[in-house]
Amino acid sequence: MEHGRADAVHAVEASGVGKVFAGRSGEVVALTDVDLTVRAGEFVSLIGPSGCGKSTLLRLIADLDGASSGALTVFGKPAHQARLDQDYGIAFQQAGLLPWRTVAENIALPLELHRVGKEQRRARVAELAELVHLGDFVDRHPDQLSGGMQQRVAIARALAASPKLLLMDEPFGALDEMTREYLQSELTRIAAETGAAVVFVTHSIPEAVFLSDRVVVMSPRPGRITDIVEMPFAGERDEALRESPAYFERVTAVREALHGAPVERANER
Amino acid sequence: MRRWRAAGWGAVGILVLAAAWELYKLLGPAQGLVVGAEGSELLLLPRTHDRAMPHLWEMGARLLAPTSGGDTPPLIVTVAGAAVTTLGTAAVGWLLGVLVGGLLAMLMQRSRLAELGLLPWIVVSQTVPLIAFAPVVNSIGTQLERGGGVWPQWFSVAVIASYLAFFPVAIGLLQGLRSPDAIHRDLMRSYAAGYWQTLIRLRLPAAVPHLLPALRLAAANAVLGAVVAEVSIGLRGGIGRMLIQLAGQASSDPAAPWGPTFGAIALGLVAAGSVALMALGLRNYRRGEETA
Repeated sequence: MEHGRADAVHAVEASGVGKVFAGRSGEVVALTDVDLTVRAGEFVSLIGPSGCGKSTLLRLIADLDGASSGALTVFGKPAHQARLDQDYGIAFQQAGLLPWRTVAENIALPLELHRVGKEQRRARVAELAELVHLGDFVDRHPDQLSGGMQQRVAIARALAASPKLLLMDEPFGALDEMTREYLQSELTRIAAETGAAVVFVTHSIPEAVFLSDRVVVMSPRPGRITDIVEMPFAGERDEALRESPAYFERVTAVREALHGAPVERANER
Repeated sequence: MRRWRAAGWGAVGILVLAAAWELYKLLGPAQGLVVGAEGSELLLLPRTHDRAMPHLWEMGARLLAPTSGGDTPPLIVTVAGAAVTTLGTAAVGWLLGVLVGGLLAMLMQRSRLAELGLLPWIVVSQTVPLIAFAPVVNSIGTQLERGGGVWPQWFSVAVIASYLAFFPVAIGLLQGLRSPDAIHRDLMRSYAAGYWQTLIRLRLPAAVPHLLPALRLAAANAVLGAVVAEVSIGLRGGIGRMLIQLAGQASSDPAAPWGPTFGAIALGLVAAGSVALMALGLRNYRRGEETA
């Protein structure tokens, strides 16, 4: 991993990050001692069983919750400041579109909230609708779209303010397998076109292997990072990859890191 | 097609009601059915003679006859005038109620403390009988007027109407403002949106499906409150007072009180209909997120 010169441009830098929730029956340690660096433009997946803290980590990066300990910076600033500066876009498992707004109005929401001019807004929305191949649907309402289309709108909305970091919490988790694979390919293309770094939470090993530059393997009780597996597939993420032996070999590697063998190193570093 | 069917069933309902009235008048005992001894008798079935139950066509004819004999305008015109007066008062009361209820709901959504402090009182407020409460408002108004303020008597009626109208708005809007999912709240937070932006772009639009029934209830309550308050403080010119006045003369003119009665029914329908019209303009806010 690079250090020194490029420090300031790292999309995410976490060191010793922990999160403790005050529960009814005492404290619950959701996350402990997380060290993770996401370089600019890098695609990193967080994978692990329920309760491993992968969604919690994403919420900490997004400053939807505050870290209990450790240092967490996004593009060199505290996560709180990065949120105020709109340095990231976020998408969840549910599309979370506002039902009373059309597709175009939904995509425009973050721009509206930050007082982007009407003309500029219109142009940007048209651009984003094309990016997610929904140009013909901008006047529809969410209840007139399929689940996959809704999720594409949500991705377009997350990209509206041209963030250099995209946070995604199981965005394809509720979709059928066909739609899922299609959107994975789309996301690969979109991430490449926008040059944004992506932190992607998922349950699915094949999904993580297909999309990522690195797969971060996490484990529960307490939530922590147990391994980081590198993926050597930059620039060749197409349908052929899904059939290739190298791909299966990586899927196996991640699976072993998840279930297998005694926990190896606590972290890559 | 569905709309016509609904209208058809509505008409059938009215016809059934009319037929039941006339059928009972035809078959029921003229002096009603009375049981028990002299002095403690119990009326089990109502009287059907013409002074107690006028024919429907008599009610209709009475509406077209002069209000109080001679050259006075037909009853229906007087009723319409009174209904419009009451409607105006009720509308002011409705607006006041929506305003106050809305502010209370926003306050309670914003602060848990405000909710704990206000909600019980809001619920208790509706258990105070209107009849007890109306003269108090009226006397406060009179004192303000004497002190040099401007407080016409109809405004007391509007205030009393608003007292009934604010309740469903406060409760319905509070529930509506709380209705956005966690994911939508997270999203607004991720956009660094402040309280007002979240209120205007998320909470208020999301509240519309909860607010519309509340507004309709408030409209019905405002009409009811206005009519009762008119009676209770004796304000002239409205339909409430007219109803009492004509009911007093019912033994000599039995069909007359039915005029303002129909007027009051029409009033309620117009009030509820106005809210329904408003709902038409807001139908985008009643969409769900689920794929239809």
